[in-house]
Amino acid sequence: MSTISGNKGPLIEEPLIFEQSTPGRCGVDWEMPEAYEDRLGGLRKKGAIGLPDIAEPTVIRHYTRLSQKNVGIDTVFYPLGSCTMKYNPRLNEKTARLPGLSQAHPFQPVSTVQGALELMDQCAHWLKVLTGMPAVAMSPAAGAHGEFCGLMAIRAAIEARGEKRLKILVPESAHGTNPASAAICGFSVESIPANDRGRVDLAALKAKLGPDVAAVMVTNPNTCGLFEDEVLEIADAVHAAGGYFYCDGANYNAIVGRVRIADLGVDAMHINLHKTFSTPHGGGGPGAGPTVLSEALAPFAPVPYVVHDEAGFRLIEHAHQSEGKPCGRLKGFHGQFGVMVRALSYMMALGADGLRQCAEDAVLNANYLLAQLKDELTPSFEGPCMHEALFDDRFLKDSGVTTLDFAKALIDEGFHPMTMYFPLVVHGALLMEPTETESKATLDKFVASVKGLARRAKQGNAADDFKAAPIYAPRRRLDETAAARSPVLRWKEQAAE
Amino acid sequence: MSKTYFTSEHEWIKVEGDVGTVGITDHAQGALGDVVFVELPPVGKQVSKGGDAAVVESVKAASDVYSPVSGEVVGANDAIVDQPALVNDSPEDGAWFFKVKLSNTSELDGLMDRAAYDAFVAGQS
Amino acid sequence: MRYLPLTAADRRSMLDAIGVKSVDDLYRDVPQAARREGLVDLPLHASEMEVERRVARLAAKNLTAATAPMFCGAGVYRHHVPAAVDAMIQRGEFLTSYTPYQPEVAQGTLQYLFEFQTQVALITGMEVANASLYDAATATAEAIAMAARVTRRTRALISGGVHPHYSETAETSLRYTGLEIETLAPDPLGTEDLLGRLSSDLACVVVQNPSFFGRLNDLKLLAASCQEMGILLAVVVTEPVSLGLVASPGEMGADIVVVEGQSLGIGLNFGGPGLGLFATRDKFLRQMPGRLTGQTVDQDGKRGWVLTLSTREQHIRREKATSNICTNSGLCALAFSIHMTMLGETGFTALAEVNHARAVALANKVGAVKGIKVLNDAFFNEFAVTVPGSAAELVEKLAAKGILGGVPASRLYPTWPELDNVLLLAATETNSDEDLDALVSALKELV
Repeated sequence: MSTISGNKGPLIEEPLIFEQSTPGRCGVDWEMPEAYEDRLGGLRKKGAIGLPDIAEPTVIRHYTRLSQKNVGIDTVFYPLGSCTMKYNPRLNEKTARLPGLSQAHPFQPVSTVQGALELMDQCAHWLKVLTGMPAVAMSPAAGAHGEFCGLMAIRAAIEARGEKRLKILVPESAHGTNPASAAICGFSVESIPANDRGRVDLAALKAKLGPDVAAVMVTNPNTCGLFEDEVLEIADAVHAAGGYFYCDGANYNAIVGRVRIADLGVDAMHINLHKTFSTPHGGGGPGAGPTVLSEALAPFAPVPYVVHDEAGFRLIEHAHQSEGKPCGRLKGFHGQFGVMVRALSYMMALGADGLRQCAEDAVLNANYLLAQLKDELTPSFEGPCMHEALFDDRFLKDSGVTTLDFAKALIDEGFHPMTMYFPLVVHGALLMEPTETESKATLDKFVASVKGLARRAKQGNAADDFKAAPIYAPRRRLDETAAARSPVLRWKEQAAE
Repeated sequence: MSKTYFTSEHEWIKVEGDVGTVGITDHAQGALGDVVFVELPPVGKQVSKGGDAAVVESVKAASDVYSPVSGEVVGANDAIVDQPALVNDSPEDGAWFFKVKLSNTSELDGLMDRAAYDAFVAGQS
Repeated sequence: MRYLPLTAADRRSMLDAIGVKSVDDLYRDVPQAARREGLVDLPLHASEMEVERRVARLAAKNLTAATAPMFCGAGVYRHHVPAAVDAMIQRGEFLTSYTPYQPEVAQGTLQYLFEFQTQVALITGMEVANASLYDAATATAEAIAMAARVTRRTRALISGGVHPHYSETAETSLRYTGLEIETLAPDPLGTEDLLGRLSSDLACVVVQNPSFFGRLNDLKLLAASCQEMGILLAVVVTEPVSLGLVASPGEMGADIVVVEGQSLGIGLNFGGPGLGLFATRDKFLRQMPGRLTGQTVDQDGKRGWVLTLSTREQHIRREKATSNICTNSGLCALAFSIHMTMLGETGFTALAEVNHARAVALANKVGAVKGIKVLNDAFFNEFAVTVPGSAAELVEKLAAKGILGGVPASRLYPTWPELDNVLLLAATETNSDEDLDALVSALKELV
């Protein structure tokens, strides 16, 4: 039975803001200045911009309704592999909004923002102590940005040695940002296959090492959710060949507080504050990707960075002010300060003991899922996993149901699907990362749904039902082909007939 | 008299005299899914055997199309730029990508014929 | 521990189900040498109350615009953010959701990004915009890379009026991409000759309007000259509120527009996070970096939105991607969009008028102080002045009096002694008459 309005109870068909304009009525009131002589140099805008006018109550209703069409960690279990969808503590939102922090301007005299600089320094300190690394570049804005930072430091270090090495070795299971970041640094990328245990093929890696290899980029734990057990051999081999070891730290949540990164032979590793350290994903950002660095690479860290001496805290903002040889500047101003406040609040809340427990519970939860699902689904590799469990689509063979269909059916079950089709090294990958902030009860409910769906698919006559999913979401499956073939990327005023 | 050859990168080339018409195979378009965009080489560009020549994009993947032979691009099929869906509908016929004037016909020796290509595809899956 | 739901009993039963004795067994692949047997040397967990206390202590060590009159700009501007913005972005469905890869349950995010893309295109006067980049500095680098792809040329020229952080970021980010970037000397008086430096081997020219020194310029002639030579004109805007009053870069003929969105919705936050707005012409669409949201329909024929044209991006193209970007600045884009929606046509143009009027009032008062000279003929809400002696020392003295009196140019240009006496002053709707008078009296005393 369809409704007259098209709404389904509280789930409202909400138009675009451009379709709701009430000219002259907006959400703010300004006291206009008295007549004055402007100094715009004759460049005053002529003509309208075309923005809609909407009063405040309508604005609130619009965005509240939009929010109701999303799921988030706050509403559902969100086991996206390698994304670490852990609870985003509300305390962090409160501390980030303290006026003494949120109202600080980056170019105030340094003497007036000692608290802000100390906060950045403390956040850096926690990251250094946790990883055991001597230095950290705090300015990268995201993981991929941190990769770029680490690779720039590596390139600078090699050039300072008077060498020319332009090749980077990247496992085929790596996240796409790895080769993309390497390419932007002017490196060529060579792929290293995985062995049948899901780890980097050490022999293949060694065969590719040589005087032209600048670095190897290894994610550890890797994108299959497995700890690279030959990591020391990898590090030794690349160092012996004169190269550096870049570690993609996207999966740091599995080992924080339990593993000393410096003892893995790592020269540079980015850490995603919006993954391991709970800062909100916000629908796609903002994040932060501070990158810890070894002694060899520390001198090449970008500006700006905080230094602390008897006089207090200072910012090194220009290369000539530095005692090292900064590789340059990665972004405007001083880095993702608002994200650092949230991350530091989280670090303080959990502490040394809590962070270690996080890693352990994350690994426990993932192995619990693996144990409960390994008979009904097809795990890609033997043995326990770290913080995420990887399955492939062999269990769906001959069912007519794909990984995509399976994921869409999970939406109807009230879960956000796991990561699908990544990593590329297995067919139809399903990568599940529960994180430590999920209760056993939630995991059990998820397991029940996944098992039930798997059994339904294997009956061989349910393909149509799966292909029709989701049926309970605010939208059914959307036509991505049409969106790409005839892109409509903005609202446009329709011409009158 | 024309002869059609195939590459292990799933391109076909139909050669008449010293001009070859190049496209992607039916197997390739099936693997890509709905094609949404095609980027063709400009006429006059020099291509080399196995080198990048065109790009074909679907919703989920973007693939390079390599030239099976070396030579000069003498034609590009704007029809598939306007209607990318043609690549899915008639990949080995109307949805050709570009024409190349061969600089070295002996390069054709290393390519597969239809039977060999079909066996190759069967072996891959 | 309050964020960890597992109980000891849970852990025991789960370990049994897995078939191991302790969680240590699950870490057996970690080499012995790298294992931490005990806790790291950092404080133990703390209550919410204690964390609040510690962070508040750090906050209390700062003198900020919350209590002091503040006239700092130089790329980051203080504006009043309506309470509705924060209330909405803190909704869990926005705050705690991920990138909208499952569009059926992410229509909230996708719809607001579509609206955001439209707002950005409208205010910049361009045809299409993306779903945001990290900030304007990195977006500037992306603009240059894009121009190189489009024109197949390898040289770029950056005006001396562009924010030095943007030119430094561009130079660092593009150092190994085969591009040659020339940045002109800082241009406080607007005397640089860009037209005379145009040549047909340039992929793009980057200018900022208003410039770093606050100068407003008509870019039409530059745009036309660039177009004749096949050069792309990239215009950078650090203060989006200016777009409510000043002719847009699109109107002036820009090919690419980059805007720092921080002014709307986001707040100062000591300079980060930011929000990079990026807009261009339809014909360059496929070379544009970053995420894009597109309109489509679902299986029931209902209108909806999806991420589209993603095959240009890193997760598919890998080393041949247009960029290595993975995150955008999602929540900041939402905050910006909500603020823009609250403002609307009426509010946005009014806000811009109020800002300019405040700055004109400040410039008139400051210019009347003996020894201070206003350098700009035309400006929006920020202008440059020269003071007798060091601007940096003057700013320190003002701070000692509890006034955050602008940004000395030497802070960003420490190796240009000719700029030592240049001070940048910004005035926005947040500066009251009392603020202006406090600054002016202090200047009269100190100068």
